[in-house]
Amino acid sequence: MRFIFKTDYAQDIRLVQHGGHAFWYSLLGLVLAAAPWLMSEYLLAQLTFVLIYGIVGLGLMLLAGFTGLFSLGHAAFFGVGAYAQAVLTNMGWPFPLAMAVAGLLAAAVGVVVGLPALRVKGIYLGIATLAFGFIVEEGFARWESVTGGNSGLAVDVPKAFGWAADGATSFYFVCLVTAVGATLACRNLLRAPTGRAFVAIRDSEISAQSMGIHLAYYKTLSFAISAALAGIGGALYAHQIRFLSPDQFNIIQSIDLLLMVVIGGLGSLHGAFLGAIFLIGLPQAISAVKDFLPEAIGNAPGLKAVVYGAVLIAFVLFEPLGLYGRWLKVRTWFQLFPFYRQGMFRRQKAFQKSERLR
Amino acid sequence: MQFLQLVISGIAQGCIYGLIALGFVLIYKATETVSFAQGELMMLGAFGGYAAITFLGMPFWLAVLSAIAAMAVFGVLVERVVIRPILGQPAFSIVMLTIGIGYVARGAITMIPGIGTETHTLAVPYRNEIWKAGGLVINAEQVVVIVATALLCALLYATFRYSKVGIAMQAASQNQLAAYYMGIPVRRLNSLVWGLAAAVAAIAGLLLAPITFVHANMGFIGLKAFPAAVVGGFGSLPGAIVGGLIIGIVESLSGFYLPEGFKDIAAYIVVLLMLVVMPNGLFGEKLRKKV
Repeated sequence: MRFIFKTDYAQDIRLVQHGGHAFWYSLLGLVLAAAPWLMSEYLLAQLTFVLIYGIVGLGLMLLAGFTGLFSLGHAAFFGVGAYAQAVLTNMGWPFPLAMAVAGLLAAAVGVVVGLPALRVKGIYLGIATLAFGFIVEEGFARWESVTGGNSGLAVDVPKAFGWAADGATSFYFVCLVTAVGATLACRNLLRAPTGRAFVAIRDSEISAQSMGIHLAYYKTLSFAISAALAGIGGALYAHQIRFLSPDQFNIIQSIDLLLMVVIGGLGSLHGAFLGAIFLIGLPQAISAVKDFLPEAIGNAPGLKAVVYGAVLIAFVLFEPLGLYGRWLKVRTWFQLFPFYRQGMFRRQKAFQKSERLR
Repeated sequence: MQFLQLVISGIAQGCIYGLIALGFVLIYKATETVSFAQGELMMLGAFGGYAAITFLGMPFWLAVLSAIAAMAVFGVLVERVVIRPILGQPAFSIVMLTIGIGYVARGAITMIPGIGTETHTLAVPYRNEIWKAGGLVINAEQVVVIVATALLCALLYATFRYSKVGIAMQAASQNQLAAYYMGIPVRRLNSLVWGLAAAVAAIAGLLLAPITFVHANMGFIGLKAFPAAVVGGFGSLPGAIVGGLIIGIVESLSGFYLPEGFKDIAAYIVVLLMLVVMPNGLFGEKLRKKV
């Protein structure tokens, strides 16, 4: 167990808390950088998807996990980014510029959603974003001159200034750099006053307001940043999947994204990536164990949905802190070995409080 | 005439939305959470009715009653097994939980070999009967939906107004803690409310079945019931029905008068407008927090 004796405020918000952090994160970085030579091409493609969903997850985590506003229409931002990227790249724009525009466009859409969403809370916000998601999905399907409608849209390889990421490896590195950049950006945002304002809004809107936090501004900002990250993720997704169609950005996708951050662990940046690993890994795991199951269960089309639902239920019931929370508990158990007690991480209301008035 | 015709079919469709929204509202009022599994409960109810007729060979009315009763029991069980352990946690957790229940229900039905992936027709006695009245063509199915919804509303109204349980439910929905202190068994009431909501969902499913067929994905219609609940004001029982009717009529009219594609999203456009103009809905109660 490492005790960090803090003697001034600056220590609270240091990026790297101690040497152990630096060591393990650089090791992780090395492994990720060496991944193309360690893995088969198929696994590398899956890892690329993990990074892409991780970026989207970071965005949703900022919104749902740190600001406490949950969105059931995040696939719409994801889709706006993907389509913007596809259209711009096909027009011959360089990759970084197209991605920046895709992110900004998604952020602008996020502001448009965020503004009316300021007036509503909780479940109303969920339904507003849900409605928005449906409208955007329909827009993708109907705006055929730009998006290709239901027949889909092919996407070019990312190109920039004479260089093209046409192989799996080079595109993996593009995603890796973007993911690391996005993670650092989020981490820094959370250390800064903005991020603390987000957390304050999540914990109690009224007290945040009375501390002088401008609710409307920060909520809209949170929506915008979250949407921008989703848009950037969408831009990478467009290149990875190479073919877009509107049904990739429907309500199921939105719920999958939400499921990803909940299972990863709401309120932790690690959770975004753990959730992404889970989301990408579970179908693989299911198809791996399929052969060992009885025929009738293994080949049933509903198996994936049942497993998803059951895992989600199990997490909400037994591990509300998600995968990252589980990791923290395991680590703490080892650190405190004989002294770990049940319910150390419990943060539960003693009696049901009314949420209608929040 | 055309207009009236569209309005009637809109009302019939709207009654279904209203019934599903009624389930949302019952659960929201009692437990302050929203059940995203309501559409799936509806789907299960329809499948229950189908199974009772086809496999158990029950006569129609008995099958309907037993499907509703079975769903009520199922609703109580769901509350008891999954929802109660996390009472007191943020509403968000319960929302995720009900999404999970929806996934499991949909997947489990799909997994039944030979039945889950097919679409079925529910053999109803009033099928294909058409009445003509002064240029209007009215399906018996639509009339049954409208009449059944009206009866159910009257029944629910009477329950909440005159029966002891109903009054206790009202009390618990206003202030759980106070109700608990007054000796009202709040937990048991929550179970009852889930059972009631599931039964209402089953009725909606059985009413919808002759119109759209029974299949595993029919629960997605539940997503259209959210706008209905919001337009009427979440937490208002008459509001749910009125909201459902509004959504149904708007949808039916926009399908005819507006370009293609608007029919599917009309409900969501209405709800967005409603949230901007009147966030509390038509019948919603306005609550403010005092510090």
